[in-house]
Amino acid sequence: MSEYILELQHIVKRYPGVLALNDVSLKIKKGQILGLIGENGAGKSTLIKTCSGAVIPTSGKILVNGKEFSSMSPQLARENGIAIIYQEFNNVKGLSAAENLFLGNPIRKGIIIDRKAMEAEAAEAFKRLNIKINPKELCGNLSVGYQQMIEIAKAIRLDAKILIMDEPSAPLTTKEVESMIAVCELLKSKGVAIIYISHRLDEIFRLSSEILVLRDGEYIKTLQTKESNVDELIQLMVGRELKESYPKKKINTISAEIVLKLENVCGNGDRNVNLELRKGEVLGIGGLVGAGRTELAQMIFGAVRKESGKMILNGKEINPKCPKDAIELGIALVPEDRKRHGAILHNSINHNINMPIYDHYSKFSKIDEKIEKETTEKQIKELLIKTPTMNQLVKNLSGGNQQKVILGKWLAANSQLILLDEPTRGIDVGAKFEIYKIINSLVEKGKTVILISSEMEELIGMSDRIIVFAEGVITGELQKKEFSQNAIMALASQC
Amino acid sequence: MNEKISGINAKEILNQFKEKAIWVVLLLLVIGFTFANPRFLSSNNLFTIARQVSMYGIASIGMTFVILIAGIDLSTGSIITIVNVVCAYLMVNLGLSIPVAIILSMFLAVAIGFLNGALVSVIGIPAIIATFATQIIFKGAAYIISGGVPIYGFNPAFKVIGQGYVGFVPVPVIIMAVCFAIGSFILNKTYFGRYFYAVGGNEEAAELSGIKVGRTKFLIYTLAGFFAGLAGIVMLSRTNSAQPTAGVGYEFDVITCVVLGGVSITGGFGKISGVVAGVLIIGVLTNGMVLMNISSYMQWIVKGLVLILAVGFDCYQKKNATT
Repeated sequence: MSEYILELQHIVKRYPGVLALNDVSLKIKKGQILGLIGENGAGKSTLIKTCSGAVIPTSGKILVNGKEFSSMSPQLARENGIAIIYQEFNNVKGLSAAENLFLGNPIRKGIIIDRKAMEAEAAEAFKRLNIKINPKELCGNLSVGYQQMIEIAKAIRLDAKILIMDEPSAPLTTKEVESMIAVCELLKSKGVAIIYISHRLDEIFRLSSEILVLRDGEYIKTLQTKESNVDELIQLMVGRELKESYPKKKINTISAEIVLKLENVCGNGDRNVNLELRKGEVLGIGGLVGAGRTELAQMIFGAVRKESGKMILNGKEINPKCPKDAIELGIALVPEDRKRHGAILHNSINHNINMPIYDHYSKFSKIDEKIEKETTEKQIKELLIKTPTMNQLVKNLSGGNQQKVILGKWLAANSQLILLDEPTRGIDVGAKFEIYKIINSLVEKGKTVILISSEMEELIGMSDRIIVFAEGVITGELQKKEFSQNAIMALASQC
Repeated sequence: MNEKISGINAKEILNQFKEKAIWVVLLLLVIGFTFANPRFLSSNNLFTIARQVSMYGIASIGMTFVILIAGIDLSTGSIITIVNVVCAYLMVNLGLSIPVAIILSMFLAVAIGFLNGALVSVIGIPAIIATFATQIIFKGAAYIISGGVPIYGFNPAFKVIGQGYVGFVPVPVIIMAVCFAIGSFILNKTYFGRYFYAVGGNEEAAELSGIKVGRTKFLIYTLAGFFAGLAGIVMLSRTNSAQPTAGVGYEFDVITCVVLGGVSITGGFGKISGVVAGVLIIGVLTNGMVLMNISSYMQWIVKGLVLILAVGFDCYQKKNATT
């Protein structure tokens, strides 16, 4: 019996023309939590996919309990107790929690499914993990956090000894993260080895005993968590020291002019929203996921219509019926879910950036390709979008560059009020910093920004003023000198 | 960085190969049929093929737009039929002049397309059901108007559209070529083309980028009605009599042409040039099978298999790309 339950030795994965992993090794013991970090594209996903059998390494060895494999297959991985919890879950929303737990191999009496037995066993399984889910509840009615718990319970039921979690906290609310972490710790105490991938370094510090850093497909270092700190990790990930995580504005950008005024706006789950936004201001909106922040942005952008109240833009009452109306009024939205709502992934950078303004410069609907090209070239240059050509499909870009394309679209449309909904979610540290600089340059040019973020450091670092939502109402407003995580958290959990 | 770029190039080369592959298939078919029956390659027969495919070609442009936004139009055949019947009725029974009859019946085709658009984008009925319903409605209407019997006896001048020649080129082929040019222009040079690809690629993101998705769908189904109607006029002129079954099953061939031409059934991808090849393949296949005396029942089986192959190829690739 080996000391390590899972060992990856000198894994190399070469794709035609790309070296995705170059000599990466990893070791994990029973009952250990190993943090795996790296910027997007560092090779984390490829590495864990070699464990699940989704990726066949070009060379290198995989040892499970000392047993040697040159590669895995999904079947082998399951037999050897390796399970991966992906960001997207494989559950069926129309089936109950219990049925989902037994998805693929239900308990049967002959050809008839034994629902009672499954429900009883599911209740038992949930109890063992200390999670309160009614086995009869439809999966679609459960929160994302609980759906994830079902995935974990499923893996454990199939006797997983090695659990690999890919950004498990990304879709969760703060509360849900806490219970997820509790489950991880429980599993650890039961001897399950966990490889925990996350962009949120605080979670890595709380959970792991060791941290493995990847960069550009290379193994960088394995650190003892206790002896390390955030600055060191960030430096190892990006390979350079970030002097300050948040760039400062070069000038005071806030003018007295009021750009947007909301009076008792209701709708989309929000109630009586009152706020005033000054030109050149970055207004941070804090709160838990589902507190009504995205919902407010949707109403301002016309994606959802308000029910009552007044929205006044530059002194005139507005009532956008659809996003197009809002865009023509100079309002822009960078949505939370970049891939689903932000960019059209299978279209080129060029088309994405011009999409809102094609009808502005086209004559008889014929596109002036010179203007089209110039528009895109300008944004690629100003936002430093890294791409070989403007005809590159957006899906081939990294997360940070995709986000820049979406921002470029609104800059090209000359939007004046820019709503950013979680603009740096799932984006690596280096690209985040660039997005922050872009935000500053926006307000320096006299535009106004609403920044919705679940990352409190980001809100504090970037905002001029912060308002906090809880359950659809504004629970408070913080001026710059009052900014603190505690203050935001206190308002966010107020109802 | 250089390594990555070469990786992308390799992918692009593969994509280009796939685009070319369809022309290779066409060439192989032509060679095969020529061996089976040397008459296949006679200029006479080639012109027959060109005239036969012109109707598929014209109708396929609207269908290309529809499938680009991941929709479907099953009413094409019925639009063709009702345009046949109504145009003939207007000319023969009401004695209207040729241009007036054409304009009125084209107006009807556009109106049916508009209705499809309304059902799909305003009410939100899935396209496959909405157009399935309009298919049967206008099939019935065509029978009622014609009384179930053919209408014939047109002014001989009407024949020019489907049977005439300019120099040695058949008029319907010219109409088809113009339609392909228009289709290609719309897709590549106008912002509507960009909207079509965007809506097909990601409806929600398209809406949030300021595209009025509902209006775009409206436009597309209306255009599909227009092109189907035009195909109907050409058909009427070719056959010189309006049959109440004129367009039955036409949507099947048109959809096959479009999908064979590489337009993804799940939306977002496709080019007119590919559709041209798809149309030619179906034309060559149909003609070749007739020359080889293959029964029409057997032809159905072959065409069904071709559709499965074409869609299967596309879907299988997608399936593998996601894992």
